[in-house]
Amino acid sequence: MTFHYPAQMIGAVIALIAAVIFQIYIPQFLGTAVDNAYALLQTGGPQEAARRALLTTGLLLFGASVLRGVFTMLHNYLGEAVGQHIGYELRMAIYDKIQRLDFRYHDHAHSGDLITRGMLDVEGVRLFVNTGIKRLIFLSVLIGFGTVRLLMANWLLGLLALSFVPIVGWRAINARLSLRESWQQLQERLSFLTRVMEENLQGIRVVRAFSAQTHEMEKFNQATAEAQAITSERIGIRVRNGTLMTFAFYVSMGLVLIVGGGMTIRGEITVGRLTEFLAFMTVLQMPVRQLGLLVNSFARATTSGDRLFSVLDEEPDIRETAHAAALSVTDAVLEFDSVSFEYQMGDSAIPVLSDVSFRAKRGQTVGIIGPPGAGKSTIAHLIPRFYDATAGSIQIDGQDIREVTLKSLRNAVSVIQQDIFLFTAGLENNIAYGDPWADRDKIITATNAAQLHNYIGSLPRGYSTLVGERGVSLSGGQRQRLVIARALLMQPSIMVFDDSTAAIDAATEQRILSSIEEHSSDMVSIIISHRLSSLLHADEILFVDGGRIVERGDHDSLLAAGGRYAALYELQANG
Amino acid sequence: MSSQNRIRDEFHDYDVQETDRPPLAVVGSQISRDEELFGKVYDPHVLRRFLPYVRPYSKQLLLALIAVLVFTGSQIAIPLVIRGTIDNALTSEETSSLILYGVLFAAVILVHYIANFVQEKLASEVGEGLLFDLRRAMFAHLQRVSLSFMDKTEVGRLMSRLQGDVNALQQFIESSIFAVGDVVLLSGVIVVLLTLNFPLGLMTLGIVPVLFVVRFLWLPRARDAFIGARHASSTTNGALAEGINGVRTIQAMAREDTNYVLFDDKARTNLTSQLRATRFAQIMIPIVDTLSGVAMAVVVVVGGGMVLNRTLELGVMIAFIFYVQRFFAPIRSITMQYSIMQRAMASGHRIFEVMDVKINVEDKADAEPLADVRGAIEFDNVTFGYERDRPILRDISFSVAPGETVAIVGPTGSGKTSLTALAHRFYDVWEGAIKIDGQDIRDVTQESLGNTISMVLQEPFLFTGTILENIRYRTRDASMEQVVEAAKAVGIHDVIDSLPDGYESELEQGGGNLSQGQRQLISFARALVADSPILVLDEATASIDSYTENVIQKALERLLANRTGLVIAHRLSTIRGSDRIVVLKDGQIEEVGSHDELMGRGGLYAKLYAMNYASFDDIPRELVDEVSNEDSTT
Repeated sequence: MTFHYPAQMIGAVIALIAAVIFQIYIPQFLGTAVDNAYALLQTGGPQEAARRALLTTGLLLFGASVLRGVFTMLHNYLGEAVGQHIGYELRMAIYDKIQRLDFRYHDHAHSGDLITRGMLDVEGVRLFVNTGIKRLIFLSVLIGFGTVRLLMANWLLGLLALSFVPIVGWRAINARLSLRESWQQLQERLSFLTRVMEENLQGIRVVRAFSAQTHEMEKFNQATAEAQAITSERIGIRVRNGTLMTFAFYVSMGLVLIVGGGMTIRGEITVGRLTEFLAFMTVLQMPVRQLGLLVNSFARATTSGDRLFSVLDEEPDIRETAHAAALSVTDAVLEFDSVSFEYQMGDSAIPVLSDVSFRAKRGQTVGIIGPPGAGKSTIAHLIPRFYDATAGSIQIDGQDIREVTLKSLRNAVSVIQQDIFLFTAGLENNIAYGDPWADRDKIITATNAAQLHNYIGSLPRGYSTLVGERGVSLSGGQRQRLVIARALLMQPSIMVFDDSTAAIDAATEQRILSSIEEHSSDMVSIIISHRLSSLLHADEILFVDGGRIVERGDHDSLLAAGGRYAALYELQANG
Repeated sequence: MSSQNRIRDEFHDYDVQETDRPPLAVVGSQISRDEELFGKVYDPHVLRRFLPYVRPYSKQLLLALIAVLVFTGSQIAIPLVIRGTIDNALTSEETSSLILYGVLFAAVILVHYIANFVQEKLASEVGEGLLFDLRRAMFAHLQRVSLSFMDKTEVGRLMSRLQGDVNALQQFIESSIFAVGDVVLLSGVIVVLLTLNFPLGLMTLGIVPVLFVVRFLWLPRARDAFIGARHASSTTNGALAEGINGVRTIQAMAREDTNYVLFDDKARTNLTSQLRATRFAQIMIPIVDTLSGVAMAVVVVVGGGMVLNRTLELGVMIAFIFYVQRFFAPIRSITMQYSIMQRAMASGHRIFEVMDVKINVEDKADAEPLADVRGAIEFDNVTFGYERDRPILRDISFSVAPGETVAIVGPTGSGKTSLTALAHRFYDVWEGAIKIDGQDIRDVTQESLGNTISMVLQEPFLFTGTILENIRYRTRDASMEQVVEAAKAVGIHDVIDSLPDGYESELEQGGGNLSQGQRQLISFARALVADSPILVLDEATASIDSYTENVIQKALERLLANRTGLVIAHRLSTIRGSDRIVVLKDGQIEEVGSHDELMGRGGLYAKLYAMNYASFDDIPRELVDEVSNEDSTT
């Protein structure tokens, strides 16, 4: 992806090389200045020439210093810019991919893990460009040029001056890698600690109800101790290596000083060259320490890259066919034709639905009832293609749902799911989620039908009241009514209630259903419920067990048949 | 810009135009998470409260400070030794004195090494230690602070205090240690330069005030840019997280295209803010390099001239060259310390705000444990509320005999939950008293009270961990047999047994991998294993499927057998099954009696019952008011 920005990258490299060259010239000029002054001191030549030479060196030094600053700024900025642009591209790509991967993928993927990939791994790859690639070039150029320059000036002194480089580099890499290893552990411990604290605070009533404060403190202390142990270990690694690296640097400086001092006495080198060696060492010190960062960013980028691309390479199973057309709804005839569904668990296929067939059209209501795990929700999930049936077909007005565009299908089918997800935004933003162009009248029509308008009207900020954390806290029933309003607003042709009125009291539910009935001539309603009163008026009731329809008919005929439905009715009526 | 279009082409065709932003469409949290990042530089209250946490580390701190001073001293000494060596090399002809300088240099760098090690290690350790101490103290405080405080404070806010704010104080203490070193280093260098050669020193040091001024002009602007970048990045990541957590809803509502465009806005804002922050960070580099270029030029031109005039030794000039490189680092740290202090004060303020919240419910000094409890509960003229002058419960008097089950019923908002919370002393009553076996619960230890009363809350809360750990939550020494027995008694054993890891199965956060009914049953088993003489139970209101419902009803009977029960009942079957019923309305007791008695009396209970709702909570407010008005007029 770096190659998307060739101009910037080339610019960064050129600026970088320029910065390094000026960096190297500075110690050389300093040495020259010392020699200028010293030479005159020894020979007692004309002062004027020496002063002029000093002035020239001073100006050169100043110029080199300014240019070093400017080019350093340039290469840092350009490198960062390329990194940030790549980060942007990756972020958009992963966001897009995650939005399009189907339910099956998200069922198996851990959402926290995906968030980590989208945040930290994108950062990892981004940093690689700036701290990784660029620093590698920087270090190679700096050490390369420097080595040549110093060895040519005096090979022995050059070797001594550079002797700290391998030691420091080795320690830096070593320390980085072991810090990297314990980083993962530390993160695990810290997230465990976070969880302990968070659950404690969320469940503070349970904690107090069981007088478990002591136990909770023990849990906290243990989690803390584990985190602290790793932290101390990390401090140890960091401090031991950091101070050792500084020491190694000064040892070589001492060697250069003494050996170089001897050479100066013997006249083998000038005092200016000695100054240059020493000054150049100071320049090298920090970049060499950063070798550790470099190796780290390479290692991180490799794992991050792997993790990112494993998501980007995923393809959803639920896809539109190349020639998919928009769904056209006329009578809204929904037909399940011998639909079966199974999912893979390891090597075995677990059947969930077998041979389910039914048919309903505009204005009709289908009730679905059955014990937990009977496959009721699966029926709901197949209609908007959250999953695809493994056998049989589902058609709307004769069009196989696999042949139409997803967007048109999902605009026509609303499933009110059991798990409610509300966005941390205003009530109106949540209600108009499926149709953000909706005007206030349209929103109010939907909330009225869902028996929510009066409540919203009573809030000080009305429809702009924030929902979710730090917003108004809604009861379970209010949340369910909100998602019902959200679905109604889309004016779907097929509406599926997947046990979505459990937390709403029976009276309110009746009012919701009757106000939906006013519009229901426009749509097919499928009501999955364990509350029989919700199903009484359905045109057809399907009793599902073990993935099969075991009884079907309207309320009266099912009651008359005296089967399982009738038994359940007895149970609930006398409960 | 072409890059963005390229992405779009590479991945999908979008049917949403760039300009097409629906008025009601947003992505990411619309709630600003920002808290005051910077406070006063000096807040005496914060420092006073902070001091006791620092005190245990005073020895290490002192040692660290000594190490810092030694370290700084050796840092200043190094160029001086270099100067001496060079001057010596230039003047003497023999190498013997050179060895002396070699030894000196070795000694200085050895001291430097040791002091460096000590200061780094101690500073980090003190910082880490303080971090954990402070967090522990705050966490412990939260365990005892009044529940009304916890009710009105979000978990997220408390967590950010326990983490972010505590970290800010850690960073503060660590950096303060080094800041001392930086001040000493800077002053040391200044003194040395002026001593070595006053006029040259003065000229070279001219860049120091300039650097300070530049830093202080730059800092507030740069800080805005940095905060902006951080904010943009967290908003973008927040929107990404929302896209992941809400992906099912997003797909169900076909919002992918719109969200992509909206997320793109955020990602682009993030990009520009990051680049803006980078520009601010990078602009300092040429400025600093220019100033150090000036200083070096001064040393070379002026110092060199002095060498020619023989008013300056060459070694001193070289020493100057080395010192000139050392101005910037300490100045940068010192100016940064200013921001760190402001941040620490703001964080400290938030931390101690929580730690200053009074603990209302405390054991008396002479509190004794409740022992051999038979299980008699008495409410004696209890009045209570959460806000001044707004009582939720008034003059509540009733008693529960050992072994009896009393159902508390009443419309929503009648004060049922407060009543049960008081029995456990989550709050203290305003007036009157609550007694267990005749002892005022304020006179006994909270620990023993907790062992006497088990509570089952309406929303079962399970902890991450195994099912076994959850059932044993109160009674950690319970044997496996006891746990299995309890699970069988409440009818959840077969479900647990069918899981791949049985009782060792890990529960996901909040028990997400179990159904609502199953979570309920596990919380029953937890209470059963605790085996307390008194059970306080808040029945779940959400209707559960009839199958699970039946199991729960049986479990409830099993749970209430042989112990005193105070039950907020929603289901008619539970109400009918209780020994007595307390009917609450608007914080007062309306009537008390058995089901038959109350039905015979024809009061509020009988009327509500006659309405045939599944639960009293379901009855709309208007209807309740209607029948109770009838009641008062007859």
